[in-house]
Amino acid sequence: MVAPLLEVKHLRVEFPTRRGTLLALDDINFEIAPGEILGVVGESGAGKSLTGAAIIGLLEPPGRIASGEILLNGRRIDNLPYEEMRKIRGRQIGAIFQDPLTSLNPLYTIGRQLTETILTHLPVSAEEARQRAIRLLQETGIPAAEQRIDQYPHQFSGGMRQRVVIALALAAEPKLIVADEPTTALDVSIQAQIISLLKRLCKDHGAAVMLVTHDMGVIAETCDRVAVLYAGRVAEIGPVGDVIHRPSHPYTSGLMGSIPAMDEDRERLLQIDGSMPRLNNIPRGCAFNPRCPQVMARCREERPELQDAGATRAACWLVNDGARPS
Amino acid sequence: MSTPSPTAAPNWLARWRDSDIWHSFITSPMAMLAGFIAFLCIFVSLFAPWVSPHNPFDLATLNLSDARLPPAWMEGGDKRFLLGTDDQGRDLLSALFYGARLSLAVGLASVLLSVLVGVGLGLLSGFAGGKVDAFIMRVCDVMLSFPSILVALLINGVGRAMFPNAQDTLALGVLVLAIALTGWVQYARTVRGSTLVERNKEYVQAARVIGVAPLRIMFKHVLPNVLGPVLVLATIQVAAAILTEATLSFLGVGVPPTSPSLGTLIRIGNDFLFSGEWWITIFPGVMLVLIALSVNLLGDWLRDALNPRLR
Amino acid sequence: MTALVEVRDLAKTFDVSAPWLNRVIERKPKLFVHAVDGVSFSIDKGTTLALVGESGCGKSTVARLLVGLYAPTRGDVQFDGQATHAGRNAAELRTLRRRMQMIFQDPYASLNPRWKVLDIIGEPLREHGLVPGAEALRARVSELLLQVGLAAADCDKFPHQFSGGQRQRISIARALATQPEFLVCDEPTSALDVSVQAQVLNIMKDLQRTQGLTYLFISHNLAVVRHVADRVGVMYLGRLVEVAPKAELFSHPRHPYTRMLLDAIPDIHMTGRSRTPVQGEVPNPLNPPSGCAFHPRCPHANARCSSERPVLTRIQGTEVACHAVQEGRI
Repeated sequence: MVAPLLEVKHLRVEFPTRRGTLLALDDINFEIAPGEILGVVGESGAGKSLTGAAIIGLLEPPGRIASGEILLNGRRIDNLPYEEMRKIRGRQIGAIFQDPLTSLNPLYTIGRQLTETILTHLPVSAEEARQRAIRLLQETGIPAAEQRIDQYPHQFSGGMRQRVVIALALAAEPKLIVADEPTTALDVSIQAQIISLLKRLCKDHGAAVMLVTHDMGVIAETCDRVAVLYAGRVAEIGPVGDVIHRPSHPYTSGLMGSIPAMDEDRERLLQIDGSMPRLNNIPRGCAFNPRCPQVMARCREERPELQDAGATRAACWLVNDGARPS
Repeated sequence: MSTPSPTAAPNWLARWRDSDIWHSFITSPMAMLAGFIAFLCIFVSLFAPWVSPHNPFDLATLNLSDARLPPAWMEGGDKRFLLGTDDQGRDLLSALFYGARLSLAVGLASVLLSVLVGVGLGLLSGFAGGKVDAFIMRVCDVMLSFPSILVALLINGVGRAMFPNAQDTLALGVLVLAIALTGWVQYARTVRGSTLVERNKEYVQAARVIGVAPLRIMFKHVLPNVLGPVLVLATIQVAAAILTEATLSFLGVGVPPTSPSLGTLIRIGNDFLFSGEWWITIFPGVMLVLIALSVNLLGDWLRDALNPRLR
Repeated sequence: MTALVEVRDLAKTFDVSAPWLNRVIERKPKLFVHAVDGVSFSIDKGTTLALVGESGCGKSTVARLLVGLYAPTRGDVQFDGQATHAGRNAAELRTLRRRMQMIFQDPYASLNPRWKVLDIIGEPLREHGLVPGAEALRARVSELLLQVGLAAADCDKFPHQFSGGQRQRISIARALATQPEFLVCDEPTSALDVSVQAQVLNIMKDLQRTQGLTYLFISHNLAVVRHVADRVGVMYLGRLVEVAPKAELFSHPRHPYTRMLLDAIPDIHMTGRSRTPVQGEVPNPLNPPSGCAFHPRCPHANARCSSERPVLTRIQGTEVACHAVQEGRI
């Protein structure tokens, strides 16, 4: 059993507002092994981007970590002072965000942004840093890297920019990459290129990935394991094939059923009535109980913990009773 | 299949009291202080005839023998005139209230006119685009290259030349016009920018698909959504307009001399500053600063309160 | 089956030149974008035609051309046998507007944030004088709200009190207010979560069945298209490259771009399998390739492809614009 690279234990993130404190993440638990790709999937408001932000240490105030621990290689990183966290960011954790346009500083050449990152975190000379940067650009498939390294972000297309962002994330050789919707803003054909690039590079550099997205297709194709978030809680977590094809949690099966599939014709898509509860209105007990087709009395009172359900773990009382959702 | 909808809509008063803006006001001591001072100034200006001990504009009640009396608490002061009198025998306290009334009236009227002209032209410019837009923007550029005081002086001068025996109200009207015409440009530009953004939004396109006439779209759809920044600008602009009026009056080309505004009082008092009768300049000056400062602070607070990012 | 909508050689060119002063001083030439470059198709009554393609292919422009938001540079659109743009007076245009409506992509920008839902949905009713008074207006708006699965009490609320999916339903209710026959839907579910998307798509299909609506459905998501469409048209850089019945397109895609698109979609049933990534990116629309627009990325391109533009021709029940297919090479 290899020691996990990242451990998130009982993470709670809250937002104090004048109408009271909103709990955006409520007792999140998961682990990422070295070199593994974990998908974090959920709909808008589920808290997946917040999870990524909390791990990188970029929670926007007034949001803050209320309780819980985040451990990187066994060491706590959630309570570090700003300077310490800054050193970890980039060196141990790299980040890729959704919008390549705003991830790069438009005023500096990409070469300067790359070498700056490398020089900040690695003890190399400026010349060596530039060589590394060129190599990274070549690895990410940017043609004529030696010339393009001195160009500005606006001279690249969307897909190219995202490749540069990936190069930037990998520049300091981090062990963990947090990617927040890296392909959502790109065309479908470019998505395929970027996803395959991410997979290959992370394998080559030995980096683990936490891939946050709402796109189940991307998760299916890329990830080893996946965590499904609902209303700030983990509903189900397990190997990707099992979660998708043999889900234990009614929300997961509802989610999979509502995605139109490429290989079958259905008159109506499976539909989960209602919508995800707002943060100030989370139901008592299991957050999914008002919408669950298999709700029991217990679900309205007690909140279920993650329990073993075959190959996956699901936070559902049905699992305990052995009955599986259809 | 009915989706559970949010609770029923409350009435507008409850909505206001629950709103972010009101909460932001309540929790900002600066905003509340500025609001209180501004409210006081507006109150005494509105009710000047009832609040003032005397009427400084009524020439019949003035007595030259009362001229240049110091404030009541100083030696030689008269209890009738709390803050002293000016060179014509006008009670300074009353003159302050009446003067503030004039200043505020001119300030508010000119800003109102500015807003009407500026918002209208900005909407037209953003909506019509093309040559109309280019023309209006070039006019804005030209107007901006003139210092506002000079423009005001120019229009005022032309007005006086055209109507040499003008009544007081006409003179005031020209003054308001002069100040308004120097201030409309920033509204036009801001509104034009917002209009360009809103025009491409899908609710405007939806209205076009429905077949709504362009003019109606401009006023009923776009206008309500571009007024936010205008409110902030207008609030701050009131202070600027008041100061402009004061400057013009100080230069002697503002309000008629028989009904002095704060600026006129300051000018009058200027002559006596070095002979020791400081109160004629200082008190109107303080009043002017109070009004301008409180309105400016309110404008600052409003801008922060309306900014969605800072909320 | 009569065609309700017929589009012939539709084209739209945008002038994106720099302002006159800049052009004179910097000696720049005029620049044009051929957003839509000669598109022809027809939609039968009661059916759904989907237009798919990546960003910049012109599908949204086609949608806007159909409802009259843009005037075409060339070509014509026939609705129920009548031309929609040429020689119409104002009254006739208004009647035409009532019969076709549009649903937009962004649920947050397609409703005026300062208007109540009653006014938003009531606007087309007021504009076309379809209801005799305030009472009747409220009744009709409530009826429309119930049709899309919302409550009658939602009349007096503002858009920000609703979620994305609910706002999209309000958009649908507004589009249905004048009882149109034809709805143009521009990516109506792209901005919605998957489970909300399922709700909205189900409603749209139900409405089509109960009211006999005809849809033009624009999307970049092929899985959604597969679910809703009867026929599918694939666009690339302003041109239609393939039009086919849904089953045929997904089982036997003919055009190389269609095959590439289908190959590039991530599907949740393909766990672990990688897609075959494609070469290159969509070219700059200001400088489209000569001949067939796809030839720089096409594995089957020959000399003819780079010089001669292929025409949409009918081959065994589908229409394809590809030299290689017409020559029998693939």
